[in-house]
Amino acid sequence: MIPELGHFALVLALALGVVQAIGPLIGAHYRDAALMRMADSTALMQFVFVALSFAALTVCYVTSDFSVVNVYENSHSAMPLIYKYTSVWGNHEGSMLLWVLILALFGAAVAAFGGNLPATLKANVLAVQSWIACAFYVFILLTSNPFLRLAEAPLEGRDLNPILQDIGLAIHPPLLYLGYVGFSISFSFAVAALIEGRIDAAWARWVRPWTLAAWMFLTVGISMGSYWAYYELGWGGFWFWDPVENSSLMPWLAGTALLHSAVVMEKRNALKIWTLLLAILAFSLSLLGTFLVRSGVLTSVHTFATDPSRGVFILAILVFFIGGALALFAWRAPLLKQGGLFAPVSREGALVFNNLFLTTACLTVFVGTLYPLALESVTGEKISVGPPFFNLTFAPLFIPLLFAMPFGPLLAWKRGDVLGVAQRLMAAFAVGIVAIAVTFVIKGGQSVLAPFGIGLGVYVIGGALIDLIERTGLFRLPLATVRSRAAGLPRSVWGTAVAHIGIAMSLIGIVAQVWADERIVSLKPQQTVSIAGYTLSFDRLTQRTGPNFREQAAKFTVRNSGGTVVGIMDPSKRTFPARATTTTEASLLTRGTSQLYLSLGDANDDGSVAVRLYHKPLVLLIWLGSVVMMLGGGLSLSDRRLRVGAPKPAKKTAAKPALQPAE
Amino acid sequence: MRRCFQYLVFLLALIVATPVLALQPDEILKDPAMEARARELSRELRCMVCQNQSIDDSDAPLARDLRLLVRERLVQGDSDRQVRDFLVARYGEFVLLRPPLRWHTLILWFLGPAALLAGIGGLYLLARRRRMVVVEPAGLSGDEQRRLVELSGPPPSDRT
Repeated sequence: MIPELGHFALVLALALGVVQAIGPLIGAHYRDAALMRMADSTALMQFVFVALSFAALTVCYVTSDFSVVNVYENSHSAMPLIYKYTSVWGNHEGSMLLWVLILALFGAAVAAFGGNLPATLKANVLAVQSWIACAFYVFILLTSNPFLRLAEAPLEGRDLNPILQDIGLAIHPPLLYLGYVGFSISFSFAVAALIEGRIDAAWARWVRPWTLAAWMFLTVGISMGSYWAYYELGWGGFWFWDPVENSSLMPWLAGTALLHSAVVMEKRNALKIWTLLLAILAFSLSLLGTFLVRSGVLTSVHTFATDPSRGVFILAILVFFIGGALALFAWRAPLLKQGGLFAPVSREGALVFNNLFLTTACLTVFVGTLYPLALESVTGEKISVGPPFFNLTFAPLFIPLLFAMPFGPLLAWKRGDVLGVAQRLMAAFAVGIVAIAVTFVIKGGQSVLAPFGIGLGVYVIGGALIDLIERTGLFRLPLATVRSRAAGLPRSVWGTAVAHIGIAMSLIGIVAQVWADERIVSLKPQQTVSIAGYTLSFDRLTQRTGPNFREQAAKFTVRNSGGTVVGIMDPSKRTFPARATTTTEASLLTRGTSQLYLSLGDANDDGSVAVRLYHKPLVLLIWLGSVVMMLGGGLSLSDRRLRVGAPKPAKKTAAKPALQPAE
Repeated sequence: MRRCFQYLVFLLALIVATPVLALQPDEILKDPAMEARARELSRELRCMVCQNQSIDDSDAPLARDLRLLVRERLVQGDSDRQVRDFLVARYGEFVLLRPPLRWHTLILWFLGPAALLAGIGGLYLLARRRRMVVVEPAGLSGDEQRRLVELSGPPPSDRT
């Protein structure tokens, strides 16, 4: 009964979606207030029904209803409760349901919190959002229905893929989808603006908080996925340039570019067409990612060809939305008026520089990900594009980008003074150079480039701090003045500085992995292994039984160079009988922001066990950096909300004729 | 009976899915310099049965075979290039994670840099055009001047 209710709720959501896709558009065209307002209720109800549908599937999982195919294939009655919840989206059908749930959530959020939007814009945005939703409801209902039943219910399920039986599955996909799918709002805003044929700085102000929210989730979503892979896969890598990863990185790069260009548009009414294009591209890349991951085209072009129903469907959605939006763009964008002028050297110019490099980086990932697929389907030739390619082509683009980063916030709008800014950044250059020298002294010439990477990171942090110090008058003015100036500083300024510090932290963490240490040895109990000043002694090997697995666990005692015990590490290997698979559970010991990483290999006949031991210096900075970036985004968002919530625009902005007040 | 069955499954699992954890201690070469070369090479070689994993990272038996093969060739005195060429001859370019620069990979390697240059060039032209617009505010053309005179009547000097 419950799966049928879930199925039915999804059908109802589709029906509401169709109404919402058409009604408000007509309403906006004829200025019919009732038709336009209808979108609010349908958007909220769509969310309610999709949420009901999702809840129904969750109930099936939690109660282990194996008469539902999807539950039978991806769950097991002995699985811990948390994984019964998370396995709802640990499979294709369920993850698509999560996808539309978040899509509906964003639609409902616009309906609920978009009170300050002009009625026509809001109606159009919600209509476009509903087109996307309808396309995916139909996709789920026709090709990926999670509610299908089995005629005879099996006694036991086939278990969730053991690699997914981890807390990471509870965190990573929902966050990632919130980001990924969140860009649909920017897309809907862009298409709505094109439909109306009118776009101004106010549009940028409305669209920015949504983009910012999506970007924050995507940032942390990607980084949590990276941390999950790091500890789960057993060899301590954190980014593999895998097509699946790349397909989340592309929207992130485009979204980051969009955030920056929207600033120019909001403040200076320039870069309007470009911002629109980026808004379309960011979500198009999300759709592309969905296609790549969900169609099976990645495993092989041939699997895609043998069971194309899903792939072709998503491809059709992709072509319709990307093609349609770009066609609309090509048709309507030339009609939009170009806005404010600026000199190449200015804050605007710096943001254009940022956009140029971010979009090139995005293109590089795009080509690297899709070229092998394209080449194989055109010529049949198979090539591999892996980490060495991306490290060579992608990383260099970030060097000028990061170098220019501290300049941006210090340059004046319209016309800036690079030399003047360089002088103000002197202290940042100095600490950067000191950092390079210190790194060379400590680490020697192991890697020539890496100290410069560390120096670059330190310089970026210095630059962000200088911006804050100058604006608050720290060290110049009395402390009380500094405090009041700091409080009066727009939150977005704080946000920028914090987010920039975050990316520098990640950079330092990534670069520091050059100095990671590794030991691959066979050990017998009571033997020891040393790494980076720590000594690990192998105490014993034990067998344990978990709810749905057995595991072989080793116990290691970790001592520092002084001989004091600093921790216990117990890596294990788990075997899941239901799927006949084994996973390695690495053990991590955190010391400051560095980590010891220990994973277990095979036991040999002579009683020894193969182990891999790593010392990863400053590795936590990689992910902490992303959390700091999100924090920066949050600060900026809190600023937006205040301004967006204000009924009348601030005096300064109202004075500009280019700014049209909300209707 | 059920326990017995589970045990059987467990044993079977051990046989079927014994993952060899990436690089094994017994594979490591005595000579650290040569081992470093082997690691460097392994990171650039694809495990063909995996999805986008290098043989250095992969747990698959094939990856282990390839790692041993790479080391064997190195011990026999092959240069890095010879090892790579040997593997390409055997498995095709698919084995290289960094595709070589050939005609069919030109787009792959140069689309990014080309786009960057085109972007810089485009922006430069745009900035120059804009500057000209700003620097020389367009005056009235001859036709417009004449039309202005027509509309506003004869110049004041004529009226006196």
